[in-house]
Amino acid sequence: MAEVRWKSKGLDCWDQAKQLRMDYYKNYAQAHEKGGIRWAGSAWAFSAIPAGLGEDVWSLTGEPYGASVAWNKDFAAQCHEAAQAKGYARDLCAYMRNYWGSILLNKYVFGGEWPEPDFNWTSHTCCSHAKWYQVASELEGGIPTFAIDGSIGPYDELDENRLTYLVDQMQEGIEWMEKVTGRKYNDELLIQAVYNECRATSLWAEICTLNKAVPAPLDEKTMYSLYVMGTLMKHRKECVDFYTVLRDEVQDRVSNQIAAVATERFRVITDTQPPWAFLSIFRYMESKGTVSIGSLYTFGLIGIWEVKEDGTWGPRTPPEEGTITTREEALRTIAEWTCSRPEWQHFYSPELKTEMLKRIVKEWKVDGVMLHYNRGCEGLTVGIAENKLGLKEAGIPVMSFEGNMGDEREFDPERTKTEIDTFLEILGAR
Amino acid sequence: MAVAGIDVGAKYAKMVILKDGQPEILSQGMAECGFDLKEAVEEAFNQALAGANLSRDDVTYIVATGAGVEAVPFANDTVSMQGADARGAHFLLPSVRTVIDIGAEMGRAAKCDETGRMVDFVLNERCAAGAGAFIEAMARALEVDLEQFGPLSLEAEKSPPMNAQCTIFAESEVVTLIHEGESKKNIIRALHDAIAERNISMVRRLGVEKDIALVGGLAKNVGFVDAMKRGLEMDILIPEEPLFVGALGAALIAAERSAPAPQ
Repeated sequence: MAEVRWKSKGLDCWDQAKQLRMDYYKNYAQAHEKGGIRWAGSAWAFSAIPAGLGEDVWSLTGEPYGASVAWNKDFAAQCHEAAQAKGYARDLCAYMRNYWGSILLNKYVFGGEWPEPDFNWTSHTCCSHAKWYQVASELEGGIPTFAIDGSIGPYDELDENRLTYLVDQMQEGIEWMEKVTGRKYNDELLIQAVYNECRATSLWAEICTLNKAVPAPLDEKTMYSLYVMGTLMKHRKECVDFYTVLRDEVQDRVSNQIAAVATERFRVITDTQPPWAFLSIFRYMESKGTVSIGSLYTFGLIGIWEVKEDGTWGPRTPPEEGTITTREEALRTIAEWTCSRPEWQHFYSPELKTEMLKRIVKEWKVDGVMLHYNRGCEGLTVGIAENKLGLKEAGIPVMSFEGNMGDEREFDPERTKTEIDTFLEILGAR
Repeated sequence: MAVAGIDVGAKYAKMVILKDGQPEILSQGMAECGFDLKEAVEEAFNQALAGANLSRDDVTYIVATGAGVEAVPFANDTVSMQGADARGAHFLLPSVRTVIDIGAEMGRAAKCDETGRMVDFVLNERCAAGAGAFIEAMARALEVDLEQFGPLSLEAEKSPPMNAQCTIFAESEVVTLIHEGESKKNIIRALHDAIAERNISMVRRLGVEKDIALVGGLAKNVGFVDAMKRGLEMDILIPEEPLFVGALGAALIAAERSAPAPQ
């Protein structure tokens, strides 16, 4: 066990985070009992838009649901077998197979039968998202599905035409939702949801920025239980409120040098989703004096960033209340805001990911990078070999390991620990 | 007094004992790993002790490495396989900057600096098709004595194309080549070329830096060494005892870690 170097304690708001997450899954499952509406879609979907249907609209986002299944190894294995038996290959997105498996087994990982949505509302940026809800709809007997094509290129190439392409689809989607649900759309609710989403995602970036401190107030394993709120309900007031509480607490930890990991000596980051069933690898690293202070994934999937005057990354400034007055403005705001999401950028070029990783290494005082060849997510894994080369050329120690975010059969914990040991030897944290 | 390094691989446990305070090899021992790794460790240890005429109490510090490191509960410390390889190869061949280790079930490589310290590493994919176990399987398939596998390869006239991405599929390809009337020598060379290609691909991900040393069991296979040299288009240094390089590196690290801190 490595030497204890810092004072450390758990988060005071930890139980609040757990409760918020469980309430989310319960509210979705029980929505119909209370006369509400259920929709399902990717965590990347423009979730602020269905909020205009009413305050009793609850969502189930697919990726965090798939990750929750992955954490339950037995149920995940059942889901994978069910999906494979239906003819879906095991090299497809592991979250997607967990989701389809749940439909096929008619089981909700949080208990009870599979809660079918009233409609699917999703977006296409990664190749799997394009098929996920089409197949889900078929398996569920034809659930109405609307998807927005979000593949419009990286943020630095965004122009009015591309933005209009997105906004036009959103406008069409609102009309579609009105027809499917029979409800009249409320623009005020949309506008509030857009403010909420911009504030929540900016707050999360602010929280991640606080992790530049040494010792780090948060570690990556803990961050997984916190960033997830942004994948579930980034447009909801509960998310803004929770991230405000969390931001204040993390700020307090920085001021008082309270470490997430008492043994912090070396700081690493990862790049993408972890093997969810094996988060114990983070505890293993801690025993060797090494803390993962986050990842491009935890920072950039939910956090929305901007380059500050001093050239460093900081939370993007959200629009002030009262500046959005129409549906068109709300849609344009959320479309433009979302296109700046870091985790979307490297779908278009691995160099963009390398540059973001290099920035994090420099600004967050990171000693090394661990890249996950995630067989469960081709979208976020493609280009890792180039990322590795780019980081090496910059003189940054880097290792890669093979695994799968959602299918434990493709992760070898002992082999990975051996690789981690070797990497830590290079960092000097033997 | 002495220090020791032990490398517990998939096929053999290897032990090297060094004179404490000086990098002088006193003895070495090796035992085949069966189901009971601890038994192999004991046998290798006892061999090495007998060779140096020492008792266990004379060995003051032991560093273990290898896939079976758990089978050495009495070790004082551990080191990664690549770290041990780098240190051992550099000690024997100081010009070495890249060490390739192809053992029974794993291929790996490390880069080291001018002091023998590992600075980067790479591991093969999760498949033994590029390692010694693959050669053993192919020797059985071709009904050729394992000792003859390397020399026969050097007598080949050509190397028919072969994918050999997997032991199962490679065996199927071998059967096809036999039915096509290809000679065993040529098939063996093709097999060596295929696994060399896999390992060269791994090393290129690391970046090739001269001089290169090849260690581990396959370094004793002249056919494989020849394939690696042709594939890399450069010479490769082979230590006299390539199987013991990891254990030697671990022993050198044991000597370093057991030394009293400077006052």
